[in-house]
This record gives sequence, structure tokens and C-alpha cells, in this order.
Amino acid sequence: MSEIPGDLKFLSSHEWARLEDDGTVTVGISDHAQDLLGDIVFIELPEVGKEVEAEGDAAIVESVKAASDVYTPISGEIIEVNSALEEQPETVNGSPYDDGWFFKVKPINVDEMSNLLSPEEYSQVCED
Amino acid sequence: MKKTFLYEDHLSHGAKMVDFSGWSMPINYGSQIDEHHQVRNDVGIFDVSHMSIFKISGQNAESYLRYIFSNDVKKISSKNKALYGLLLNENAGIIDDLIVYCLKGDFLIVSNCATKEKNEAWYQKHASEFDVSVDYIDNQGILAVQGPNSIKVIEKIFGGEASSLNTNECVKVDGVMIAKTGYTGEEGFEVICENKYLRKIWNSSIESGAKPIGLAARDTLRLEAGFCLYGSDMDESVNPHACGLTWTVDINDQDREFIGKQAFLNINEKDEQKMIGILLKDKGILRSGYEITHIDGKGTVLSGTFSPTLKKSIGLARVDQTNEQSGLVKIRNKELEIEFVSPRFLKKI
Repeated sequence: MSEIPGDLKFLSSHEWARLEDDGTVTVGISDHAQDLLGDIVFIELPEVGKEVEAEGDAAIVESVKAASDVYTPISGEIIEVNSALEEQPETVNGSPYDDGWFFKVKPINVDEMSNLLSPEEYSQVCED
Repeated sequence: MKKTFLYEDHLSHGAKMVDFSGWSMPINYGSQIDEHHQVRNDVGIFDVSHMSIFKISGQNAESYLRYIFSNDVKKISSKNKALYGLLLNENAGIIDDLIVYCLKGDFLIVSNCATKEKNEAWYQKHASEFDVSVDYIDNQGILAVQGPNSIKVIEKIFGGEASSLNTNECVKVDGVMIAKTGYTGEEGFEVICENKYLRKIWNSSIESGAKPIGLAARDTLRLEAGFCLYGSDMDESVNPHACGLTWTVDINDQDREFIGKQAFLNINEKDEQKMIGILLKDKGILRSGYEITHIDGKGTVLSGTFSPTLKKSIGLARVDQTNEQSGLVKIRNKELEIEFVSPRFLKKI
């Protein structure tokens, strides 16, 4: 498994969140998650403008094997989605932390980030 | 958990192992989509030693099989051939699907692993009436070498007699049985032999160009070919008509009595739901259990997946009789359009 970038925070359900310089939060799924899912073949992204609540479902990822909900680690408004994934969902398998991001949230309360797991804590969750 | 003889070999090829009805089996060795294409375009090798092998012995083996099996074993009994068919119960419900092999007068049955105990009890229940013995063979394994280049691999390992077999023919070479059968919709072979030969055949196949293929790709391959999977597409609650398997019930010899015959003959195919192939026109993935509606009624998705060859979602479904060519499927509160097609999504063989 590839190394987890240090600036990410995680939900134990395998989503990551990155606080960007402009105050928005980018969300995706972890390398461990894409590995568990196997070949990803379909992604349903939220609509831009939608309000989402932390740990509520925001997107759906389907591998050949199964469909899974993707939860948002942070509450706020969806301000951008990675529509390139609709044509090339397999990007998530190859680049879960960069090109394979799902959506960006304008957070209501950025302090929610402190509720999330650090890379070390998340790695522990994956090992358990 | 039970392990096949090649368990360590799977690990050394990087397999992800899963619990498959009590067997630790390779689900994939990397990308299951790459493995799928490998079989469609070149050649792959599967360890399917979890499947059950039974040997039927005794003078009345043929009569016994003609009684418990939906297809008529008489068609293969003087030949070296394989025959696909069903075990039916008295109501013509499907107990299992299986292949009967006849090789030099010996009969072998290969069937699913999840149904092993149930089938064994069924075989034994009827064995005494025919004075035959039915033995589970646990010192043998099965490899499937599948794909357009499988002929080259088989020729290299077993020679021309094996590689030139026609569909459903089988032969024994140096104690190893090779049959031109498979579950992928590609040209291919299944090899049944004692465990001690498996590793050599596995390694020789890989040296000859075959790549290891997991059970995940096996599922997408069989679905593109329109082959039913026991437990998903059929079970004891449905009869052969509702599975597109009417052809596996051979009623040509009117004197042949077999279990489920009377019930089968009493069923009017037009009163039954029918099995169809479905293609999702929009993006998304069809999954087992999704509800279908069409102008004349409704139905259910049985197996659904993403087809790596067609690059869209396909499935098998059981629906009320209709001549309609399309309908709707409900996916997470959305109704999406599906096309009704032949289950043979790829008409290669």
C-alpha cells in the first residue's frame, strides 16, 4: 500500500479529507478502500450546491463486486465535484489521494476536522 | 477453512483470498478486469478444485444417472464426452446444475461446492435402488485453462490429441483427464487429475503463457456468456423453464423415467416467468434483487455486474412473459431504462 500523505484526515469508514489553503475541504476515499473494493467501474457524485452533513452519505462508489456509500467527513455545501470520474472511475484505483478526489466541501465549521483520524490513527483502524 | 492443493501458489502470485463456501479461494490476483480481458483475448488458468467431484461406479451407473439427471446420459455413455444438465427434485425444482463426464465407461460428476452435502445426500438416497456406489473424490483437483490461446497451452503440455478435442469431448493423457468444457464462453479446457499433478500443470500452463485468474473474473466471464450460477440465478424454487434451461431436460426417449419428469411435463412454459439478459442503457451497475417493471408485468435482477467487454452493466433477470424489448429497473429510487436481450451477451461459442 502507498504511503498516506501527512496532510490528510480520515473517517474510519475510509474517506479522507484535506483542508485546502482557500478554506475548502477536498474529499476522497483511501488507498486501503480502493484496494478492498477492487476495480471501480461507476461513481455517483453529489450535485453541486447540495448541503451535506458530517458522516452522512454524499456519493456512491461501485466496483465490479459491490456498491458502497461514500460519507462526507465534514458538514457544508458541495462546491465542486470531480466529474472526470464519471468517465474514468478507475482513476480512483490508480490515484486515490490526488486525481481520484470525489468532491469539495465549503465547510460550515472547519473545527469538525479535529474530530477526524490522523494518518497514524487511520492506519491502525486498517490493521485492526 | 479448506484449502486447495495450490493454496501456496496462489499466495505467491499475489492472490487476494476469500472465503468461498468454506474454501479459501483466490478472488483476484490484481485487477479482475485485466484478468477478464486476459481470458477473452489470450489465455488464463483457474484453480477450481473447490468444486465437487463424485465418481459413480457399478454396473447400473448409466441407468442410475439416466434416472437422477435431467439430461439423457445415454447420449454420452459409449463416448468420451461431457454432458451438462440438472438434478431435479420431484417438483422439477433445481437441486443443482452439473456436468457428467463419461470417460472410457467411467462416470464422473462435477458440481458446485456449496451444494456438496445436499447433493451427496441426494445421490446416496437413490444409489441403493440401483446398487451403485457414489464416492466423493477428495484427492483430485480441477484446473480450467480458458481463452483463445488455451489450445496452444494444452497442446504443449498434453499433445495434439487433447488440444484437438471438440466441444464437450474428453480424453485421458498420462492419468490426467482433459475435457473441452468451461464456464467462460471462450474456447477452453478443464483438467481433472490427482492433486500430485496439479502443481506441474499449473506451472507449465503459466510458462506457456497462461495467467492466473481469480473467481471474480470467472463471474464476469460466465455472466457475459449467459451461464446461470446456482444460488443466484436458480435454486429449488424454480424449474428449468424459468432459467432458460429447458434444453437440458431431455424428453426424447419417452420410456426414460427420471426424477421431476412428471412435474416438468405438467408445466406450461407460457405460464412461467422467463429468463432474459438485460443491458443497462444509462451509467450504473445492475445488482441482484433490483426490481424490474415492463408493460406486461414485473421481474427481478438475479445476477448483475459490469461487463468488461461491453463496458456497460449487464445482468440476468427473471420476468413475467412479454414480447417487450425494454423495461425499467429501479436503482436507489431512480428508474432507469434497460434493454431486454438474449442472455448470450457474447456469442462466441
